Amino acid sequence: MKWHWFTKKKIEYPQFWVDYINTFNTKPHKNIEDTRFIAFDTETTGFDRKTDRILSIGAVSIINKTIATKDAFELYLQQEIFKADTVKIHEIMKSDSLNKVEEIEAIKHFLAYIKNDVLVAHHAMFDYTMVNAMLKRHGLGKLKNKIIDTGKLYKKTKHIIYQDNLKNYSLDELSEELNVPIVDRHTASGDALITAVAFLKIKSRLKKLDKLNWKTLF
Amino acid sequence: MKNAIADRVADFLKKFPPFNMLEHDNLTEIAKEVDIVYLEKGDTIFKKDTPFNNHFYIVRAGAVNLHHNNNEQNNIVGINDVGDIFGIRPLIIQENYKLAAIANEESIVYAIPIKRFKKVSSTNVKIHKYLITAFASNTYDPYTAEENGKIFVDYLPNTSLDIANFQSANYTKAPITCYENSTLKDAAIKMQEHKIGCIVVVNKDKHPVGMVTNSDIKNKIATGQFPIKTSVTNIMSSPIITDKKDITVAHAQLQMIQHNIGHLCITKDGTANTRLIGILTHHDILVTLGNTPSVILKEIKRAKKNKTLRSARIKANTLLKSYLEQNMPLSHIVKVISKINEAVSVRAIELAIKKMKSPPPTNFTWLSIGSQGRGEQLLFTDQDNALIFNDVLPEQYDKVKLYFLDLAKRVTKSLNKIGFEYCEADMMASNPEWCKSLSEWQEQFKSWIFNPNEKAILLSSVFFDYSHVYGDKHLTEQLTNTIYQSIANTSLFFKTLGKDALKNPPPLGFFKQFLVEQNGDKKNLFNIKSKALMPLIDAGRLLALSKQIKEVNNTYERFEKLSALEPNNKELFDSCAYAYKALLKFRTKQGLQNENSGKFIELATLTKEEKLKLKRCFKPINEIQESLKLRFDLKI
Repeated sequence: MKWHWFTKKKIEYPQFWVDYINTFNTKPHKNIEDTRFIAFDTETTGFDRKTDRILSIGAVSIINKTIATKDAFELYLQQEIFKADTVKIHEIMKSDSLNKVEEIEAIKHFLAYIKNDVLVAHHAMFDYTMVNAMLKRHGLGKLKNKIIDTGKLYKKTKHIIYQDNLKNYSLDELSEELNVPIVDRHTASGDALITAVAFLKIKSRLKKLDKLNWKTLF
Repeated sequence: MKNAIADRVADFLKKFPPFNMLEHDNLTEIAKEVDIVYLEKGDTIFKKDTPFNNHFYIVRAGAVNLHHNNNEQNNIVGINDVGDIFGIRPLIIQENYKLAAIANEESIVYAIPIKRFKKVSSTNVKIHKYLITAFASNTYDPYTAEENGKIFVDYLPNTSLDIANFQSANYTKAPITCYENSTLKDAAIKMQEHKIGCIVVVNKDKHPVGMVTNSDIKNKIATGQFPIKTSVTNIMSSPIITDKKDITVAHAQLQMIQHNIGHLCITKDGTANTRLIGILTHHDILVTLGNTPSVILKEIKRAKKNKTLRSARIKANTLLKSYLEQNMPLSHIVKVISKINEAVSVRAIELAIKKMKSPPPTNFTWLSIGSQGRGEQLLFTDQDNALIFNDVLPEQYDKVKLYFLDLAKRVTKSLNKIGFEYCEADMMASNPEWCKSLSEWQEQFKSWIFNPNEKAILLSSVFFDYSHVYGDKHLTEQLTNTIYQSIANTSLFFKTLGKDALKNPPPLGFFKQFLVEQNGDKKNLFNIKSKALMPLIDAGRLLALSKQIKEVNNTYERFEKLSALEPNNKELFDSCAYAYKALLKFRTKQGLQNENSGKFIELATLTKEEKLKLKRCFKPINEIQESLKLRFDLKI
């Protein structure tokens, strides 16, 4: 006789999730230069992880100092929930001619794209939470990737005595400080690219301060 | 899948050549495969003598320097700014990199895969022409490019080429002829008189029977094969190829290629058995097809009327436009256009002398001053000039001066008809004050140098940039020597000139805004001439004079020369030279666009890239002014 009322029933995960989990069995790169980073951004209907939905995901990959356009990621999602008041920010309308996919399809593609790479996002907690909420709705686990917040990372380029007094930089303010060319602000892809360039610039500043190591990045 | 990043890359690329010549779909195809590369100051993109990689580059933000060696410290060959492409030549000719590319500052470049680019551009004629021109001009190596003056000759940027091919060719009517019984010597004299390269031999009915060209004379007379008194029939090329008068350009060209000749005779019915009515040369075809400097220069040299000179000068403007569209190096453009301007002046003077009742009573020299004197006049602007005549006996002086004033009046009038406005300040050789004997001029310059008051300095800024255009070069040299001897003995002159050079502060305000005009009808416009070009021109002149750099009038060449003379200030001078070229190009483009002098710029019409590019040029202005303050001890 088996005791299985204390152990949870083993869930049958779909193959794509298993594949995703398995990517973490390979050892990550030791060198920051060889590591593939994924800068990503989501556009959502709002800020509530329970009631709001992701409308689009944009991402670019970074290896060393290069962003490959060929390796860019962009998806628009079909959502039942729609909030008119945020349309002015992301400009994605309910009945757009955009080629939209179902959430589960989006998850499949996104996981296959990010694999076990290190994620980079501005105010990363928000995007991270929204993606996890989406995964949960489909009975999947949380993202296993390591994640870097460019907002927090930027503060590390400042001297320790000023770090606490620093405000939270919005992506616009960060771009201004770092002189990142702004195009396509408030589209997922555009913001992902801005985040990627900002990340490269912060990395270079950290390197100059001799602080570029894994410990600082996370 | 839609790729917004690729779209943005394409949006950027389409603003710059050669990508602006691509179809939208092709551009997107390329953009999809672009790598966006971030560079820190000092990062190397490729090294000299290393094998080419699979990408070439365009600067998205920042700037990338090209160096003669892999060492960052020295030998900057060129600076690539936003929108400039580099590193493509080795990929196409499949050779190692000849230069090293190193980031001048924090930059972003787009790496474009050559394979994809070649694939989509392989059938694009415009891009091929662009690349061929860019390579021929060695854009990537301005030092060697300066030597290579030939590149413009064969290149015709002409989108209406097909139309031109089928229009009827403009032939020379009433060509110069000689009869069968003439001697070669007579024929040659006739050719010399009319400045032509060939003469048609006709029979008593005026039917063409043969042709004598320069090469016939070279091959058959100069070699001793025939004496110069021989009959033209002995050495003429015959039979000749004839055609009808409504011949198309395309057909004429074909005829010339088939028969391997450079001249066609146009006769009444198209055969050799009727009267000769004209001659069509290869040169005429080139003229019909488009503008090349060599064609324009020939046209100028042969011009008999101001009208012809005017049309030639207008053609030069079209040429200028196409050069700017091709993003040619400015140093080339400037050389070609100033050569044309000079030729126009020379021809105008020659024509004026012919019209005078007697030849000049003594030697004289015609000088260009101001921007033309610096060889920087790209657009039609004011004419500024002066005349020096040799010293004569006191009793002859008045008569001689009157002669030259008369001559100068004719020349300035011609130049005005050709399109160069009279100088508002009357700084022209037709003004008795600027038409003087050598010793008067020497005294004049000495007085400016030793008594530098406000007026003197104002005039100095125009007259110290003189260059010889026509006449006895010896007079110009003597004047130059006097000037350099005098300035060696005064420091006051430099101080005053230095203060004057600082009168225009750097063009950016406290908040890094462009300083625009505060009032008047130019309110809110940016004066690129006084705010950006003049400070560099003034600084260049002052430094060139103080370093005794003779006969280099061009502002950027002055800075390049200074850079060679003072290695420890190399970076500053190089950046001034670069900024000057960029600003001049900018002004010229603006001028062409708005059909004016390009002096005032409406900032609102500039794109962000253009504004950034402009701002980048201002940094050296600030730096050079600071350095002038120290060098000449100018306390403001």
